[in-house]
Formats: sequence, structure tokens, C-alpha cells
Amino acid sequence: MQKAHDLKEYRKELHESLDNSFLRTTLDNFAIAYRAGRANAFKDMDVRGLINDIACSKDAAGENYEALYKEFKKNAEAAGVHVHFAKDGDEANRIIARIAKDTGCKKIVKSKSMTAEETLLNHDLEDAGLEVTETDLGEWIIQLRHEGPSHMVMPAIHLSRHQVGDLFTEVTGTKQDSEIEKLVKVARRELRQKYVEADMGITGANFAVAETGGIGLITNEGNARLVSTLPRVHVALMGIDKLLATLHDALRIIKVLPRNATGQQITSYVTWITGANECLAAEDNRKEIHYVVLDNGRSELLKDPLFSQVNRCVRCGACANVCPVYRLVGGHKMGHIYIGAIGLILTYFFHGKDKAKNLVQNCINCEACKDVCAGGIDLPRLIKEIHARILEEDGHPLPSFLLGKVLKNRKLFHTLLRTAKWGQKPVAEKDGFIRHLPMIFSKEHSFRALPTIAETPFRDWWQKNQPVVNNPKCRVALFSGCVQDFVYPEQMQAAVDLFAANGVAMDYPIKQSCCGLPVQMMGEIKASKDVAAQNLSAFDPDAYDYIITLCASCASHLKHNYPKLVMDKPSLKLRADAFAAKIIDYSSFVNDVLKVKQGDFAQTGEKATYHAPCHLCRGLDVHDAPRKLIETSGLEYVECAEEEVCCGFGGTFSMKFPELSAELLKKKLDNVEATGADTLLTDCPGCIMQLKGGLKKRGSAIKVKHIAEALSGNKK
Amino acid sequence: MPSKNDLYQKFVEKAELVSAIVTNITNEDEALRYVIDLCDKKEACQLLVSGCEADLSAKAEALCDTKQKKVIAAPGLKQDLYKKLAQGAEKAGFECIDKGMRDHLAGVDIGFTFAEYGIADTGTLMLDCPDEELRLATMVSEFHVCVLPKSKIRANTYEVEKMMLTRMKKTPDYLAFITGASRTADIERVLALGVHGPLELHILILED
Repeated sequence: MQKAHDLKEYRKELHESLDNSFLRTTLDNFAIAYRAGRANAFKDMDVRGLINDIACSKDAAGENYEALYKEFKKNAEAAGVHVHFAKDGDEANRIIARIAKDTGCKKIVKSKSMTAEETLLNHDLEDAGLEVTETDLGEWIIQLRHEGPSHMVMPAIHLSRHQVGDLFTEVTGTKQDSEIEKLVKVARRELRQKYVEADMGITGANFAVAETGGIGLITNEGNARLVSTLPRVHVALMGIDKLLATLHDALRIIKVLPRNATGQQITSYVTWITGANECLAAEDNRKEIHYVVLDNGRSELLKDPLFSQVNRCVRCGACANVCPVYRLVGGHKMGHIYIGAIGLILTYFFHGKDKAKNLVQNCINCEACKDVCAGGIDLPRLIKEIHARILEEDGHPLPSFLLGKVLKNRKLFHTLLRTAKWGQKPVAEKDGFIRHLPMIFSKEHSFRALPTIAETPFRDWWQKNQPVVNNPKCRVALFSGCVQDFVYPEQMQAAVDLFAANGVAMDYPIKQSCCGLPVQMMGEIKASKDVAAQNLSAFDPDAYDYIITLCASCASHLKHNYPKLVMDKPSLKLRADAFAAKIIDYSSFVNDVLKVKQGDFAQTGEKATYHAPCHLCRGLDVHDAPRKLIETSGLEYVECAEEEVCCGFGGTFSMKFPELSAELLKKKLDNVEATGADTLLTDCPGCIMQLKGGLKKRGSAIKVKHIAEALSGNKK
Repeated sequence: MPSKNDLYQKFVEKAELVSAIVTNITNEDEALRYVIDLCDKKEACQLLVSGCEADLSAKAEALCDTKQKKVIAAPGLKQDLYKKLAQGAEKAGFECIDKGMRDHLAGVDIGFTFAEYGIADTGTLMLDCPDEELRLATMVSEFHVCVLPKSKIRANTYEVEKMMLTRMKKTPDYLAFITGASRTADIERVLALGVHGPLELHILILED
């Protein structure tokens, strides 16, 4: 559970996780195995289509939740089930405690339910004098340890077999060893007597099906079947987000949920309960069943035009499975009760701003969660939006406020960068790196060397050197982004060189500025909107066939976020749509549009590996073009392990969480060095800054280049 | 449309992937022989995997002690078939029951059932068990042996949807998809079978 009051305390907590080598190894192994397992589980399936269908049906259910609840209640009651509505967690817990009292129940067995975690149900029931036992193995373990879950599907993933062995020794009063197979059997037998004694069973529900008035439960252990069969009273607690119109909707979700959660095609058990079914422990042989349907902020969420998509979450936990930050710090630090990307969002709505304010800053915006989400939720965007809302409520911290101010004023921003060039003179080395970290950085930042500001920015070079292209094949505008303009102009020059040779007429609208992603990342939405409006007025999209950027992050931000940022300004929105449609990344343009040939490049056969920038592979769904270009440019492409995993740059993220950034970079560079390649190519200047700075610190001889430089360098 | 044989092969492939033990049989008598043989061969108490010597708390231990004889539970079986099974069990020295599951919550050796449908794309059995005895037989047994008529294999869950709806609307109902044995990976993500439910799932595919 998240307890830190401020970012400083939160960072201290993160350190604890980083120092926990067991946790780190487990989560690493899990992340790698998960990726393969999931891919295998979805083999030959139209995953995108399926996710899209789920999103549509869940959206419809969300819009219609009041009617669905009515139908669900009517059908459930007709089948002998009692249905209750709880507006918040406390009310839900009170209802359940009252049912226990009215029915004379004393002992309760529970099957894992995230909703009950959300309402902290166990605490309230125990306060009411009831004995509650969790029966899901992982959940029982953490209950015995008085902890919260650290993963939605594997709640005890943070614990080792030895810790569990010690725990079970305590519980049984006799020495247990740490063999997993045996520990599982100990739990089986210890818990069996709990089922026998219990008079009430509590489950969650994965589905509340309106057309049948029944619920669906997904488990692997089979505990939900026992919990819902043996005790004479059954209570199922579920959020209104579990309502679905039809059984078909539920069957469709089952195709994705287990595959996304654990890489299983289906779980061992899927249980469908409709009506007060037979129970031989009850007086009239009928089970007493209560459904408690919980709101707790969900209906507010559903009314929000942006956040209503949160209703699509099916609690598969996949967003944590792929999150590079979760992989470093685990669920107790990457969430409050709900964990991972969806956890950051739900924490704000269910548990409040104070619990969420530090968490939401810990998103590196790599979009891995969005890519894997079973409901197609735009998780990174929602996290940023919450960050912005918290800033609006709490006030803006000075650094983000200042950056917002500066970026809104292009001339001031560029003057500052030009001034910095002079300011850095005393610390600048000839190799393009700063010798000592400037005062504003603490020693945590020393994991990578920082580049110097270039002697001549690209915009100045352009004014003197822009090539004249006769009889052009096409006409494009260049968008440089600030890093390539002021730090790595050679990358832009390399692109200009190749474009000119391939009959591309170019224009560089001089009033362009930073794309605005850095301020968006810091939650400064207002500044982000202002910057977008400036850039949109600097470019006339109708004048060009394409607008090219060599920065994957800029490209993805310009393409996907600009139209959203100016949504409330109709005339600008049209321009933003036209602008976004023309945006293309360097690799796609050169490979797919220009279709350059291997014959045009000197074939050196030098080994080169690749780092896929998050905003290229996931942000723009570009995968093949850069890898093909590496081969075309005359190099031998050697695949790198975890090529599409974030390098840890994340723009301002690496400033805020240098320890996490350093760890992500370390993994990335270990993988890069293991390839034995001489050159590392990528297509994002931010990634280049991170990778180059890290390799420099390591004293590595591997050269880091933008793909544009490789192509221009080997051009015949 | 996949042929009956395609569906069968897919079902077997998928069920075996999740550790189900699949055997073909040509008639129901073969199923009875399979159950008796299996019960005979298995350890008296499969929980011995952890060794009864591995100490438990007094209460858990006491529950284990309630089980003295090997037990086959077959609630919901056709009368004539149950009679034959009970005779065979008696001859082999086992107890055979078709009710009173609540007196056997420490576990029975074998739960013997018939599936309503098989679902090929995941190797899943579909059992409708509004009767508690039948339901419990599939939950507290150490081995679950289930007969699936070959003609009842369907491609995917959508193809049993209509039938499910009919059952669900004629409430109350309790219906289950069962795929492989009970499993967990909650400790260090290491797969372990038989955490609460059966440790083994045997599927007997009946040629019909």
C-alpha cells in the first residue's frame, strides 16, 4: 500500500525495492517469460479485433449501466438471489457484515476479489467479530503476512518460497521446508478445514451478466467453486464495471483475459452461477445468495468523456506484466491497492489524490501497457491527465511550472539554449560530452554522461546550407524537435543529405519549436496546448506531401496528441488533423516511401544492433522499416534481446527518477553489449542521448547513431 | 466447418497441453474398468505427496484422519452404470458413493462424472452441476475422471452458448468449464497442480 507523503519519501521507498534482489530477479524472469507466453497464447488470433470488440461491448455496458443493473437485479431476484447496491466501500462492507449477522454466520471463507481489497472488506468484517480466511493461495499468504497484493493476478509474487516456508511453519506450528510442491499441499490441507467450518463464502465476480442475472468466476485453483458451494451463505461483491449485457460478451472476454493475464488459453475453472442453487448445508437445501453491487466512484468515472474508458478494464493485470517500472519496483510501490498502470488511475478515483499524487509521476510513458491492454484503454494518456488534474488542484511545482513558461515562449527557449552553449564552455569536452555534471544535478544522475549543446543549431545551419532540389519527387517539411535542433544537428543534416540525393524538396519552417511532450509528461497540459498551437501555425500541412521527424517521440506526440490537445478549438482541430495525417517518421519515409536500394550504399558488413524507441514501435506501430534500413545501409543487423523495451530515458522521467532510469538503461546496455555489435542504431534523439551517455560512462567502444547517420554515412 | 475428427484431435491436443490425461474408450464398461484400475494403482491418499509425516496443525490433521478407505464418488451416474461401478468397487475393496459428499470433505480418491460438452479450442470440459453432490465430486476428489462422448465436442464456447443460456434461464444453475487439473503459480510463479481441486484430470473420450 502506498504511504509516502511526498516524492522524496516515495523515492526512498522505491530504493527499498531496487535493493531487493529477489524481487528484481523474480520480476525480470516473469517479464521475459510473460512476453513469450502471451505471444504463444494469442498465436493465430486476431488480437486487435478481439480487443476492439471487447472495448465496444464494455463501452456500451458502461453507457448503459443503469439499465443493465436493473435487468441484472430483476433476473437475479427472480432466481432467488438478493441484490444490494452500495454507493461506496464502507456501505458495501456494512451490508456484508449485516448479512453475516442476520444469517448467524461466524466464519467466512473468501475467494480472491480485488473489489474486496478495494473496500478493505476483511478489516471491517474482522472488526465485526467475524473470522475471515482467504483461500486463494497467494491471497492467503499475504493475509497471513498482513500485506496487500503486489499483483492483480499473482498477489504474492514478491515473496520467495523461503519466506512462505517460514510463514507456514509459524501457521502450522511445525517446521515446514521450502519446497513449493509441499507448501502448496500444506495450504490445501490447512484450508480444506476452513471450507468445512465456514458458514459464509465471499467471492468477487468477473462478470455480472444482465440477461441471466448470474455471475461468472474465473479461477485456476478452484477455490471459488468451493467457496461458493460449501458454506450455506454466498456473498458476491462486484463493481458496476462487471455488468455485461449478454453471456456472449463474457465469453468473448474469456478469450482474452487468461491469455493476457498469464498466457493461459483459459483458466482451469470458469464457474457460472445463476440463482439460489442447491446447498445441502442450508435448512431448505437452498443456498442464500447475495450480490453486492458497488459504485465507489465508478458512475462518476462513467460520466467523464475521457475516463469512461477505464470501465473496459477486465483486471487481467497485463499492464503491470509489461510495465518496465513495475518490473523494477513491484506492485507495492507501483500502486496503492490496484497496481500497475490501471492501478495508478484507479487509485486516484477510488482512494483519492493523496494516494495517487506520487504514483502518477512514476509512469515513463513507454506505452507498453496501452499496447497490451485487453480493453484497449489509453492508459498512459489517462495517467498524464490525472497528473495534470492533481497539479491543477495542488498547484504546480516550480520546475514544471518554469519549463511550461519557457516552452510556451519559443524565442526565450531558443535564447536560453543558445546561452547554455556559452555557459557550458568551461565544462564541455571536445567529444561532445559535459565533463562534470552541472550543479542542478545530484550524483544520482551520474549514470550517464550528458551531451553538450551543439556549436551551431540545425536551424542556423539550414539557413546557409539548405539544398536546392530540382524536379523533386515530393515536397516535405522537416520537424527537428529541440534535441536534434540544438544538441544533435548532425542527425538532421544526415537526413537532409539523403533526402536531397533522392529528389526530396525540403522546407524547414523556422517558427517551429519544441513538440511539447516534455511539459505534457510533467502534467503541464496548458503549456502543452499552447506549444501545440504554435507549431500548428508554423506549418501549413497542405503545402507538403509529408511532415518528417527523426524523433520518434515528437512524431508520436504530433500525430496522436495534437488533434486531442486542440480538440476544443474547431478551426485548429481541422488543421491538426491534416497536420497529423502528414506526419511520418524517418525510417518509414525512407524505407516505405523513398524505397532506397541496397545498391546505393557501400556494404561494409559491420555488425549493428537496434534499439526500438517506445514511441516508434508502440507509438507509431513501426517495426520492420528501421530493421530493413539497417540491412539496406550496408550493415549486418544483429537482433538485441528485449529490443522493444524502454531504455529508461522517458524525457523528464529520467530527471525525476534517475535511479529507475539508470536501472532500465543498465539492462538495455547489457543486452546491447551481449550482441557483440560495433554500432547501436535507433531513431530517437532522446534514446540516443540516454544510450550514448550510458555507454560513454561504461567506457564502451560501441558507437551510437541515428539510422539517418548510418544511411548518409554509407551512401555511395 | 471442421470435421468431427478435426475437433477431436484439437481437443486432445489442447487438453494434454494443460496436463489432462486423455484416453479413448469404445464403451462405458471400459470407463468403469479405467476408474477401478486407477483407484487401485493410486496411493491411498494422494495428499501423501507432501507426506502425512509433514506436520499440519491439529485441526487439519484431524480432518485427514476421517478418511479410512479409498473412495470413489460418482453422483449423477445412470442407475445401471452406478450399480456396475459399485459392484466393481466393492470387489476391489473401495467404497463407492453417489451421495453424502459432505461427509467426505477431506477428499475422495476419484470423482467419476460425464461431461455435457467438450470445447476443442481450449480442451475444456463443460459440466452442468446444479446438484451439489455432483459438483462436490468434481471439487474434492484427488483425481477427477470424466467421460466425454466424442459427438459432444464443439469448436468453441460460442457453440455452447445457446445451450448455456437455456440452462441459466431455467435457474437456479451452477455450470462449470473445467480445463486441466486445479493449479496455482502463486509461489514464485512455479506451477503446482492440485491446490484446492483435483490433482489430476483424466478425460475418457467415448466413441459414439
